[in-house]
Amino acid sequence: MALTVRDLSCQRSGRPVLEALSFSLTPGSALLLRGPNGVGKSTLLRVLAGLLPASGGSARLEDAVLGKDADIWAERIAYAGHLDAIKPALSVAENIAFWAALFGAPRAAGPAALEAFGLAALAERPAQACSAGQKRRLGLARLLIASRRLWLLDEPTVSLDVETTARFAGLVRAHCAAGGMALIATHVDLGLPDAGELRLQPPRASARAQDPFLAGPMA
Amino acid sequence: MSAAAAVLGRELRLALRSGGGAGLGLAFFLIVVLLIPFGVGPDAQVLAAVAPGVLWIAALLACQLSLDRLFQADAEDGALDVLALSPLPLEALVALKALAHWLTTGLPLVIAAPVLGVTLSLPPAAYPWLVASLAIGTPGLSFLGAIGASVTVGLRRGGLLLSILVLPLYIPSLIFGARTVASAAEGSDPVAAFLLLAGLSLAIMALSPFAAAAALRVNLR
Repeated sequence: MALTVRDLSCQRSGRPVLEALSFSLTPGSALLLRGPNGVGKSTLLRVLAGLLPASGGSARLEDAVLGKDADIWAERIAYAGHLDAIKPALSVAENIAFWAALFGAPRAAGPAALEAFGLAALAERPAQACSAGQKRRLGLARLLIASRRLWLLDEPTVSLDVETTARFAGLVRAHCAAGGMALIATHVDLGLPDAGELRLQPPRASARAQDPFLAGPMA
Repeated sequence: MSAAAAVLGRELRLALRSGGGAGLGLAFFLIVVLLIPFGVGPDAQVLAAVAPGVLWIAALLACQLSLDRLFQADAEDGALDVLALSPLPLEALVALKALAHWLTTGLPLVIAAPVLGVTLSLPPAAYPWLVASLAIGTPGLSFLGAIGASVTVGLRRGGLLLSILVLPLYIPSLIFGARTVASAAEGSDPVAAFLLLAGLSLAIMALSPFAAAAALRVNLR
């Protein structure tokens, strides 16, 4: 189950953010997305999650095509964005139990995910009483409850301490060793020596060149 | 099925915990209706004449009071992204959230309305129809409001815009709902107005999840 991205482009409000991006990811490998702020790392991850429509090109996850097989696509990916998707009024255990039930995971999956991120002792604590790093760990614990092949991670280690970052890198390695894939936007050294690197470049063409009203037949 | 139960349970739990806003609609409903005798005077005949309309208008205002947080809270903390990628279709999510909204906002109004009818000297014959019309009409208000909430989900201060968008759409429900109660109070046949209200409400419940899910998909971009 490989990910193949060909000439993928994306525009936001008419401004090109990604242009003709091509890469592939084979089972068992991780790819680090690098590049300065605003270059389109988060946009790429949202496009590949199926949340943002691509304006051109294609992406395939084995036989599933992005944008066409939305349900199959969603069953194969797990997305962890900037936000942790945590309800402050619920306890740590209630938060993870909700996601486990939603994704049809067995009952034991929630506590196991908390254990993997060192949150077992905090299970009964209301999420609003957790620190930023603890909330981040709770958000990432969601990755473990639904077993998905492709992890799309947007700066996953923000506000994590050194020890948890290392523990998280271990989980990514274990996920890849089990045949999974990970696409990780990050600015820090995660400790994944085998991971490839994809350096994003800002798009060269300006919006002007693609706008039919400013350039082209209607100008 | 378990995913649907999980969403419904979560919505109810969030609404009932502190800061969730359940009970706010009911308190608002009580206060608005109890203000009416102070405004129009204690004359029982005048109060009885305005009671059906007042009870229904207060119910609509109370219903839309907590609608703005229906999707906004999930959009702000990123939960909407994950919900959109979950095995549960967005249409089902909308329907479950609207149902939870009705259970925590609409249903208490249905239960409290007869008590408030007494304070407005509503004739006894109208009570069963007041309860029946609110019971069938308020789910439509929650589901119609879900469309407005999904359209305004990405906007700051979307709650005010939501009221302006949604309240005019409540007019048909208001007309048939208030007419049902008024007909019963006057001693004429309320069935026709009640059936129109029921049909309207059921149509809204059937269609609104699709409209709201389409609006949410656009707003996720």
